[in-house]
Amino acid sequence: MAEDLKRVIIDYIKKEYLDEDSDEEITEDTKLISGGIVDSFSMVSLKMFLEKKFHIKIPDEKATPEAFDSVNNILTLVKEFVHS
Amino acid sequence: MAYAENTKSHFADELKSIRTSGLYKEERYIGSPQAARITVEYPEGAAPREVINLCANNYLGLSSHPEVLEAARKGLESRGFGLSSVRFICGTQDIHRELEQRLSEFLGTEDTVLFPSCMEANAGLFEVLLDKDDAMIADRLVHASIVDGMRLCKAQLYNYKHSNMAHLEEKLQETQGCRFRMIITDGVFSMDGDIAKLDEICVLAEKYNALVVVDDSHASGFLGKRGRGTHEHCGVLGKIDAITTTLGKALGGAAGGCVSGRKEIVELCRQRARPYLFSNTVPPVVVAATLKVLELLSRSTERRDKLESNTKYFREQITKAGIDIREGVHPIVPIMLYNAKLAQDFARDLYAEGIYVVGFFFPVVPQGQARIRVQISADHERQHLDKAVAAFAKVGAKYNILGKKKDEIITLYGA
Repeated sequence: MAEDLKRVIIDYIKKEYLDEDSDEEITEDTKLISGGIVDSFSMVSLKMFLEKKFHIKIPDEKATPEAFDSVNNILTLVKEFVHS
Repeated sequence: MAYAENTKSHFADELKSIRTSGLYKEERYIGSPQAARITVEYPEGAAPREVINLCANNYLGLSSHPEVLEAARKGLESRGFGLSSVRFICGTQDIHRELEQRLSEFLGTEDTVLFPSCMEANAGLFEVLLDKDDAMIADRLVHASIVDGMRLCKAQLYNYKHSNMAHLEEKLQETQGCRFRMIITDGVFSMDGDIAKLDEICVLAEKYNALVVVDDSHASGFLGKRGRGTHEHCGVLGKIDAITTTLGKALGGAAGGCVSGRKEIVELCRQRARPYLFSNTVPPVVVAATLKVLELLSRSTERRDKLESNTKYFREQITKAGIDIREGVHPIVPIMLYNAKLAQDFARDLYAEGIYVVGFFFPVVPQGQARIRVQISADHERQHLDKAVAAFAKVGAKYNILGKKKDEIITLYGA
């Protein structure tokens, strides 16, 4: 389950934020916000994707740059709401 | 008054963290009008010195143009200094109406409403037009003021990869269920000087029944054969539903902005845009001077033509000198250095050579894309540009980057 979630998120980030010809690798630890891959503006669409995909609602106060800074952080955030 | 010790120390810590992360912005004191050559006191307390200014938005060199100054003086005498009112109480003079009409004629739109700035035009526009059933689809590199404006609006926010039309189309398909869709872009992107593909955007907008909004702050007055802006440059005059732009760059450079476009959109802004309703009117001096600017630009394209040839000349010469730039046609010329420290050191050394420029780095530009942003003006003469190119070559030689491209510079300095 966790592996599937991880793959879905990584695939989305690659498709949505990297250029087609980019050879950048995204792993679960890659810094997304502080590494400059996802800016704070684009984070909104990432949040929306997660909400739609996993049928959850992430409150704005939880959608911090830290919470979105890596796939692992995102997984922790998503799991919190999937199970609640 | 309860400025408690812990409050004060919290603010002080915030400032400290801005400094330690290298993001503290220093202001430099200029003791002359805005022009190609300015007198600057830098660092603070140093003897003022004259330098060539390569970082103003004074694209057409009209900020201190004698005819513009004279019009401002006349405006001051005939309409006063301030109006002490918002527009709809007692802050609308005949010249405000006239400027709105002239801007509509110049931009080729149905109607225009003035705002205190383009920042405020962007802050007000989206909330007025869209609601939660609608979608805003913005280029990922739009200006911060558009991002702020979109945050104030309840519509769903989507964004597409910078200037990537296939990605924009995906977003348009994804949002088919929304009531209204709005494509939002800068006409010219301020950090790269690249131009939005407005022709392709308009085709997609038509295909998917979407509105198009363009912030043309870095284009109004000089892009396009008659200087009307990005929509003229891309051959889509009359097809943009709303243009937001500033009077604070090429069009005199003092203050003010506007929303210009479809009649109903403009009228709704006049009725409902909060930054318009609750801000003071644009000062008569600014209005009078901007009327003169539009008269000058309608009379002759000489200034935008000179800007175009200055830009072409500088881009050719700086490339010949071996400096790595982002290619393009816009007077924003990004000098690519990739490394933040190198960009700052380079700018400091250029200042020592009498060239005033500023280094930009993350988070203002993406990580690993640090640069110096040069902005060319119609006020520059060839001798200014030659001196600037020579200074770039000298400093470039010092840092051993002449003739080197991205990978080689990053190998030397890191990204």
